[in-house]
Amino acid sequence: MAERHVQLHVPEPSARPGEIPDFSHLVVPPVHDARRPPVEAEAHSTYDLATTLIRVLDDDGRAGGEWDPGLDAATLKTALRHMIITRLLEEQFMLLQRQGKAAFAIRSLGEEAVSVSSAMAVGATSPGYGPGLDMHFPTYRQAGLLVSNGHSLFEMTCQVLSNSGDRLDGAQLPGLHSVPECGFFSISGNLGTQIIQAVGWAMAGAIENKRIVALAWTGEGATAENDFHSGLVFASVYQPPVILNVVNNQWAISSFQGIAGGGDTSFAQRGIGYSLPTLRVDGNDLLAGYAATTWATERARSGHGPTLIEWVTYRAASHSSSDDPTKYRPADAAAAWPLGDPVKRLSQHLIVTGSATETTLAELHEACRSEVMDVIDQAENLGTINSGPKASPVEMFRHVYAEMPPHLIEQRQELGY
Amino acid sequence: MSERPQTGSSTRRTMIEAIRDALAVMMARDDRVVSFGEDAGYFGGVFRCTEGLQQEFGPHRSFDTPISESGIVGAAVGMAAYGLRPVAEIQFADYMYPGYDQIVSEAARLRSRSAGGFTAPLVIRMPVGGGIRGGQTHSQSPEALLTHVAGLKTVIPSNPVDAKGLLIAAIEDPDPVIFLEPKRLYNGPFDGRPDQPVQPWSNHALGDVPDGYYTIPLGKASIVRPGEDLTVLAYGTLTFIAEAAVEETGIDAEIIDLRTLLPLDVDTIVASVRKTGRCVIAHEATRTSGFGAELSAQVQERCFDFLEAPIQRVTGFDTPYPVGLEWIYFPGPKRVGDGMKKAMAY
Repeated sequence: MAERHVQLHVPEPSARPGEIPDFSHLVVPPVHDARRPPVEAEAHSTYDLATTLIRVLDDDGRAGGEWDPGLDAATLKTALRHMIITRLLEEQFMLLQRQGKAAFAIRSLGEEAVSVSSAMAVGATSPGYGPGLDMHFPTYRQAGLLVSNGHSLFEMTCQVLSNSGDRLDGAQLPGLHSVPECGFFSISGNLGTQIIQAVGWAMAGAIENKRIVALAWTGEGATAENDFHSGLVFASVYQPPVILNVVNNQWAISSFQGIAGGGDTSFAQRGIGYSLPTLRVDGNDLLAGYAATTWATERARSGHGPTLIEWVTYRAASHSSSDDPTKYRPADAAAAWPLGDPVKRLSQHLIVTGSATETTLAELHEACRSEVMDVIDQAENLGTINSGPKASPVEMFRHVYAEMPPHLIEQRQELGY
Repeated sequence: MSERPQTGSSTRRTMIEAIRDALAVMMARDDRVVSFGEDAGYFGGVFRCTEGLQQEFGPHRSFDTPISESGIVGAAVGMAAYGLRPVAEIQFADYMYPGYDQIVSEAARLRSRSAGGFTAPLVIRMPVGGGIRGGQTHSQSPEALLTHVAGLKTVIPSNPVDAKGLLIAAIEDPDPVIFLEPKRLYNGPFDGRPDQPVQPWSNHALGDVPDGYYTIPLGKASIVRPGEDLTVLAYGTLTFIAEAAVEETGIDAEIIDLRTLLPLDVDTIVASVRKTGRCVIAHEATRTSGFGAELSAQVQERCFDFLEAPIQRVTGFDTPYPVGLEWIYFPGPKRVGDGMKKAMAY
């Protein structure tokens, strides 16, 4: 045995600013590699799927392999539209923040296929959303769920602007939406805490023998929180209808996934350790994401219990409006990401299958842009964080309890309301 | 004395049996009520408060959980938001801290941050207080860490009748309620004299618990002993210590059992202190930033013109709870009595 120095190992990403991006550690298998097991598969039998990468779209944009969900062109165009809307909307949110009209902004640039494919797959069999029904427990990088589930873009923008159209009355940071009827649980803002809550929601569904599904969402960074462990243990013990989504976008603000314990393993393999059937999926491949979520949803609704899905993707944007990624990673890293861009990949697929042309795609893009700009204009007309009517200070006290207790009434009166 | 709810028949019950009865009554009335915690399923809890519930209602309504307080509370938040009425047990309040983030950042704030779109109507039960040779990990009274949190209600009964009625009210409450159970009172009222034989609840009027469904409203204190000389503000175990201190000193104290710490029954407190002009606050928890500090501030702000003496606090010391020196730490009748005498000396 060769002796080594005893030393603290502080993982470093493969490239820092000024260096050439290096993603050679990411093995991208051919689309026909991953098998699609029956949905009642045992956890241990999915080990190969926790280490490979489930892909449907190849590098030329053609679909293939056992996981091809066989979606029709209309559905794919809807998916593309949702991804484009999400991208353009969040781009505008960032501009509004830069103009001082929004307190904060956050984007899912490069990861839009994750939320959109999940929302569409769950939605295809959903009995509805809200208490007693299906529910996503998202992070702030799942705005695509709202777009796909039909939330008003105008209302989303009002929330970001903290204007009088914000249904949360300015209680939450921009992007931390809460939309029960669209299956979008109130985002805490504390990371990791909602994994176990999604499991609890699914446990409640199981107690009532309902064919519902709850979906936990976390980035790879917050898998280091104890709630991730709690969530996986409870999911493993009680076998509720929950899908545990780990979106590995490689970065937690400035810390690369190695600091969250990514290292030489996949986050997906942790699922196997808890005896949870697990899928590791190409997160920039809308068809693969749809197929994986459909598998997990069918499994959940048919009483076979939880699934963990790791989505391998790349955070092409800054963490948020408060972050500058050029300080800690190569500026051109996203362009070098081996799994490409989800909008481009689906567009290419539509072209090679003859479902779209460069011209029709350009028209789609333009239509989306026009719709988004109209929404932004309308919402801005209602007001921004700096202008227009504001929520009454009474709102600050209103929803702390179902019924305002005496001490809060007193404090509200102290304020003059 | 506490007002006695009228439901017809009654049964002699310990506080443990009263809590179990409250759970059984509610689980029978409402399918949404579920009970769970560490060892709280098949076995019925280390203090036996959930004994028999799994046998009666099935393992999907009463079950064991992994040793994970963040998991227990976090799952309860999800279940409550879904529409169930979870009653989670934390085995000892001393173990709540891994779940504290879920209590403070999640359960307490869900309604507010979603503008009422989602709610967390859950109950978290946890035994508190010392006097059972539990040492520093089985004796804490963390009520101030809970009353400091906007969005929570914090309840602490001192007897079987109140425990049952308050727990039913807590389960029906639309907001998250922390239900603190003074474990030294589980099997009988305790006068703070550990060398004396334990008095069972069967000998006490408040051990005669009405059968069936009844509630005791949250936010209402109880005057357990009317008096003229001074007001003692107490809750949980210290209610009985104050009674013992009255016996020892002969001071005609009005003893108020707060029962709910938040929302606080300020009106009952203020009316009493304005009448007596003197106030002693007694709790088992550490003193600095304890709930007594809040009580003292409330009394000072509202009763300043009526006070004839400085408000006295008799509390646990600002040290961890020692197993070997338990009765030195515990604010027994002697110390509470001394506090009362000091208030009378002005």
